Amino acid sequence: MDFFSRFAVPHPSPAIYASMVAIGLTVIAVIAGLTYFKKWGYLWREWLTTVDHKRIGIMYLISALIMLFRGGADAIMMRAQLAVPENKLLDAQHYNEIFSTHGVVMIIFMAMPFIMALMNFVVPLQIGARDVAFPRLNALSFWLFFAGAMLLNISFVVGGSPDAGWTSYFPLAGNEFSESVGTNYYMFALQISGLGTLMTGINMITTILKMRAPGMTMMKMPMFTWSSLVANIIIVFAFPVLTVALLMGTMDRLFATNFFTTSNGGMDMLWANLFWVWGHPEVYILILPAFGIYSEIISTFSKRNLYGYKSMVGSMVIISLLSFLVWTHHFFTMGQGALTNSIFSITTMAIAVPTGVKIFNWLFTLWKGKIVITTPMLYSILFLPTFTIGGVTGVMLAMSAADYQYHNTMFLVAHFHMVIIPGVVFAMLAGLTYYWPKMFGFMLNEKIGKIAAWVISISTLVAFMPMFFSGLDGQARRMYTYSESTGFGIWNMISFIGAFGMAIGFALIVYNIYYSTRYASRDIGSDPWDARSLEWATHNPVPEYNFAIIPQVESSEGLWDAKKKGHVLFKGDYEKIHMPNNSGVPFIMGAIFFAWGFSFVFGLWIPGILTTIGIFVCMALRSFEKDHGRYISVKEIEETETKMRGAK
Amino acid sequence: MKFKWVVLSSIFTIFTLLTGCEPLMVLDPKGPQAKTQADDIILSIILMSVIVIVVFAMLVYMLIKFRASKQSKDYEPPHIKGSLLVEAVCVGIPVLIVIFLSVMSVKSNYEVESTPKGYENKKPLIIYASSSNWKWHFSYPEENIETVNYLYIPTDRPIEFKLYSYGPITSFWIPQLGGQKYAMSDMVNTLHLAADVPGEFMGRNANFSGKGFAENTFNVEAMPKDEFEEWVEEVKETAKPLTEEKFDELLKPGHLGQSTYTGTHLGFMPPPEGEHGGHNHSSNDSEKASANDSNESETEAHQNH
Repeated sequence: MDFFSRFAVPHPSPAIYASMVAIGLTVIAVIAGLTYFKKWGYLWREWLTTVDHKRIGIMYLISALIMLFRGGADAIMMRAQLAVPENKLLDAQHYNEIFSTHGVVMIIFMAMPFIMALMNFVVPLQIGARDVAFPRLNALSFWLFFAGAMLLNISFVVGGSPDAGWTSYFPLAGNEFSESVGTNYYMFALQISGLGTLMTGINMITTILKMRAPGMTMMKMPMFTWSSLVANIIIVFAFPVLTVALLMGTMDRLFATNFFTTSNGGMDMLWANLFWVWGHPEVYILILPAFGIYSEIISTFSKRNLYGYKSMVGSMVIISLLSFLVWTHHFFTMGQGALTNSIFSITTMAIAVPTGVKIFNWLFTLWKGKIVITTPMLYSILFLPTFTIGGVTGVMLAMSAADYQYHNTMFLVAHFHMVIIPGVVFAMLAGLTYYWPKMFGFMLNEKIGKIAAWVISISTLVAFMPMFFSGLDGQARRMYTYSESTGFGIWNMISFIGAFGMAIGFALIVYNIYYSTRYASRDIGSDPWDARSLEWATHNPVPEYNFAIIPQVESSEGLWDAKKKGHVLFKGDYEKIHMPNNSGVPFIMGAIFFAWGFSFVFGLWIPGILTTIGIFVCMALRSFEKDHGRYISVKEIEETETKMRGAK
Repeated sequence: MKFKWVVLSSIFTIFTLLTGCEPLMVLDPKGPQAKTQADDIILSIILMSVIVIVVFAMLVYMLIKFRASKQSKDYEPPHIKGSLLVEAVCVGIPVLIVIFLSVMSVKSNYEVESTPKGYENKKPLIIYASSSNWKWHFSYPEENIETVNYLYIPTDRPIEFKLYSYGPITSFWIPQLGGQKYAMSDMVNTLHLAADVPGEFMGRNANFSGKGFAENTFNVEAMPKDEFEEWVEEVKETAKPLTEEKFDELLKPGHLGQSTYTGTHLGFMPPPEGEHGGHNHSSNDSEKASANDSNESETEAHQNH
């Protein structure tokens, strides 16, 4: 019965009990609502068992938005705690758990699913395909991600959250110094969702390489597809490292091995190396698709082709290679000597060159264009200067001698937030607004959208610029409090105001979704933005089979050429379309993986063994299954197409 | 050269004003290492500001000049593939900047990793700085004394810190004397610092190490040589000896005030140096030989494990 004592909240506080009640009530409300409106069957048939890349994309999107608010709530709590010196709002343990989960949630469970959402939704449409290469694997990827996300999210009410930072450096993350099950949650949540990501990587690469529409050679792929391809190649190389590192960490924690602990020859630096060999490429997994989104949007709303297409592709390939050669800059201060530091200092700075090429290419895309400022375009324009500030401070951090002073300070925190928020979050919000009509068949309100974009970007500056100063003034990161005499108070107060402003901005986006769902026109045609690439050549929202006839393209801007040069995209007659069947197995496997992770977190060996068997049973069943999919008849296609066109 | 100082001092003034007339700690160096780093930081801020301004200016120009509302309705933007010249400039200038910064970075890195400039001929004072949850222990082997949570150092003499930890990874940082370095349980890192002027400085652990991390700080006081020697004598006369039991007690997790002892723990609990550190198993004879006279031997040996 030893483990039951570990189920109890190790660091109870009224906030945690309140959250428990809130979670309980929400679950009851959802179950009651589904039963009352008789939606269980709908939910199961249309969503939980779906293998349609568009629906999976939408589920990723919803998860990402929910996680954005979870991670955002963590952020607000942190900034509130630090707003004044010697604040008693949170204690040290609580603060440590909050910043650890904030990092994990935002990187792994917010940014990753956000890019997965757009990749899943857009890439097959952009290359004129009917689905991804392995639709059922795609569903499994999503449910593994979801299982991991839920596992981490229950940690704060059952057993305690990870408290060793999102980097989970050993030996701090070992049993000796982190006794609660928090770090076990970290290991399993990341492991499970990481497996899902790795599968997505393989799936997307295959899709992009094998399923492009006739005529679309590699150098005619739209930029978002290119960026997704490069990002997924990075995934396939980087994620196995994470898998292995997490496995070793898990062994240390559960089975008393000594890979990273301090006794019996364990090496704490080995964790730092493995973590960042995955962790730094991870940053580029996030940022490259974001760059792809910006390329699409800037070119669409400048009414011009993307300037320097070839150098855009080239710079991404170079970034992907360099991303694997810079990990040591995360621990310049570990004492590896001036030579090693110098090498990694140079490789790190080198990344600024291809990134600069991209910035200048976007600026030149605006040149001689006809710029229309819509909400997605506004995000892209606000991204350029803010990201540049984040980027150049990255170059400053790359100077190893100076990094001895920046390392582990608020300066670093300011830098990576100024890169990731404008780089990834703005891109995802821009992409969300841009592709919203494709996903749901109506547009988000432009006025509210623009106000939100301004509020979020100004608040980002207010929240993170002061950290550059407090960092240079000696404020280390992850300090839960500081004394008045340090003089950090003013900077942190400004940051808190900025964080609060960001919360208002994100709330505005939710309000926009609500408002537009109620009032926006459904009569928007298939190409409301006057866009350039293939995804806008089919109806809004997209029918199950994407394209009634597979398009034939001659350039990276198929739709634009069809509109302007009279190219014919769709040649020939309707033919029956082969589609995969829905399957409940991915969802069930996700659920089993969740139970598997939970069992191992608490060292419940019998359920652990049973769920392990369950996972293999699911895989075995699949191998014996004979499922050849189904056909959509020509008659059905005709009906759908007439209905869709009628809705114009 | 004069222009450079005008720019430097004006930027420094802006920073000073922004912080309410008190310079930011890192940009207010009191030793040669921190000075090197502060100069690097200021220089890179200037260079990077230029880039930011160029991007801002280009963006504003494009937005003003090419807004749809400023153009005729039938204007059709041209199809422009790109230009070799433009792209050569976009690659060339950043490459030059990166080369310049790389040279700076490498040069300064070697500087901060060796005996401080101007102190080459002076014998360094060796201090072992070890962290335990959540305290700092400073052993002065030469003086045969040990302090907890505070540090007295002489000015005008290079200090060689030997860093290690009795627990999680910590980072030893005195912003005004120089940047930080990690203290770990399985190896000893060397950090070279020096104080040019007497004064009191803030020192802390900068790497998150659990619950008591925020208060994991120590005071540093730099003083002229005579005063330092007086202090050492006083400690030797008044402080209690550091016994093994006492040290075990000190190692227990928690916060402690400042305290002083005669003798060090280095005797009964040697630091993870050389063959003692479980880390250096493969060290061969030549490394052993060089370990005694070279400052960088530790770091080099650790790359070979």
